[in-house]
Amino acid sequence: MSTDFDLDRPWRVDPRVSVRPEPFGALLYHFGTRRLSFLKNQRVLAVVRSLADHPSARAACAAAGVTEAELPAYTRALHALAQSSMISERTVV
Amino acid sequence: MTLTSDLALGSGKPPGGDPARTASAAPGRLTDLFQLGLDAPICLTWELTYACNLSCVHCLSSSGRRDPRELSTAECKQVIDTLERMQVFYVNIGGGEPTVRPDFWELVDYATAHHVGVKFSTNGVKITPDVAARLAASDYVDVQISLDGATAAVNDAVRGPGSYDTALRAMASLHHAGFRGFKLSVVMTRHNIPQLDAFKAIADRYGAQLRLTRLRPSGRGADVWHELHPTVDQQRSLYDWLVAHGEQVLTGDSFFHLSAYGSALPGLNLCGAGRVVCLIDPVGDVYACPFAIHESFLAGSVRDQGGFQAVWRDSPLFASLRAPDTGGACRSCGSYDSCRGGCMAAKFFTGLPLDGPDPECVRGHGEAALAAVDASAAPRPSVDHSHRTVPVTIGRRRPPERGCDESPLAGFAVP
Ligand code: SF4
Ligand code: SF4
Repeated sequence: MSTDFDLDRPWRVDPRVSVRPEPFGALLYHFGTRRLSFLKNQRVLAVVRSLADHPSARAACAAAGVTEAELPAYTRALHALAQSSMISERTVV
Repeated sequence: MTLTSDLALGSGKPPGGDPARTASAAPGRLTDLFQLGLDAPICLTWELTYACNLSCVHCLSSSGRRDPRELSTAECKQVIDTLERMQVFYVNIGGGEPTVRPDFWELVDYATAHHVGVKFSTNGVKITPDVAARLAASDYVDVQISLDGATAAVNDAVRGPGSYDTALRAMASLHHAGFRGFKLSVVMTRHNIPQLDAFKAIADRYGAQLRLTRLRPSGRGADVWHELHPTVDQQRSLYDWLVAHGEQVLTGDSFFHLSAYGSALPGLNLCGAGRVVCLIDPVGDVYACPFAIHESFLAGSVRDQGGFQAVWRDSPLFASLRAPDTGGACRSCGSYDSCRGGCMAAKFFTGLPLDGPDPECVRGHGEAALAAVDASAAPRPSVDHSHRTVPVTIGRRRPPERGCDESPLAGFAVP
């Protein structure tokens, strides 16, 4: 999958999204689009949940212990979540 | 689509409101995720009342009369508190006709204020222009209008006289109020499958999304299933129509047994009973699936110690439904991966073994199996609230014991 997800920008979980931890990872539900997404492990959940606390998605990944080698897979996941409006870029003030 | 990656499976329509493009993208993997059991259901149906102004011949919950043990407003709010704690994203509210509960709007407001979205099914009887305007203003409420014929003749034969007009009036109100994307929900029968294009045209006319569901032999549906379920040829044309319309049309988990014809359809491609799906009935009993109101699938009650959460997490019945299934007689079938033997409730209420083929198995194994069982020995629903036929009496009729026995609308005022 080609990806144009910008790891160096600040992101956050969309305010209309509810994140529910599950044994396999987490479920995300967007009240506006009425769509579901699945996070398939705990680390990607940690990344998603901490997006808003970091200056960039890259920093959130690093803080969650994502290695350089794993980064492409995490970027694809974030890209998919951005495409379904589960996460959105935050405007830095 | 598919927005899948190794770590996130993206953007499926949820069940009931319809799962997952996700599910069709990776049925095997999704099944694996669910096999671990979820901390909370995704597709929770909550039937608020057995009272209904109609008496549809195929009613899955055999509704009609209100049950005197119905959950009180306070008990309903406790259930909502639990759902909020469990982070149940939304509930599919049904009945009966849920809007005839005098506290219906109060409960809807309470749920949405507590971050539990609401989608409710209605025959439209209470959807006045004022109500429609209120509904259109909320992001957290979705509405599903039931209609089972694209013409009054076909619809009213199943749902009763006047019900077609009621539903269309409700849709016109929603449309007029600017509600876009509400659902037009149709149970597919032998008589309305030829009307698929007409249903789509009605949905388009009112800015609604079409949702097609399967006629299952549940509740009063058991009495009419043999005459009303689609013929073999109709199943094939339904499948082709669904493939052609893809994700414009919602189907929930209705037609995954048809995926044995070829490619999987969008929607949830597995039986989620007790794993993803469950039902809270009007008296608080928790069943594995809204189409399985029978003591064999009764997991507990929200009135039990620990409430709904304990039932969902700890019930032995749900634990057994979450265990990997063996596939039984379907195991050797080349379509098992997509069809998975079909619908548990459809098998159960037609008297078929749960680990064998669906009664509407597209390979014809269901028909053979049905021929071998004694239909009169098939399990009957444990609960029946159908309107009693009032015998003809001479002289004064006995007054009803309670207003609600006479009319479920008694005492109801539109807010
Ligand atoms: S029993 Fe049938 S209706 Fe119920 S969840 Fe399973 S497939 Fe769906
Ligand atoms: S034999 Fe079973 S798995 Fe195969 S098509 Fe029939 S119901 Fe589906």
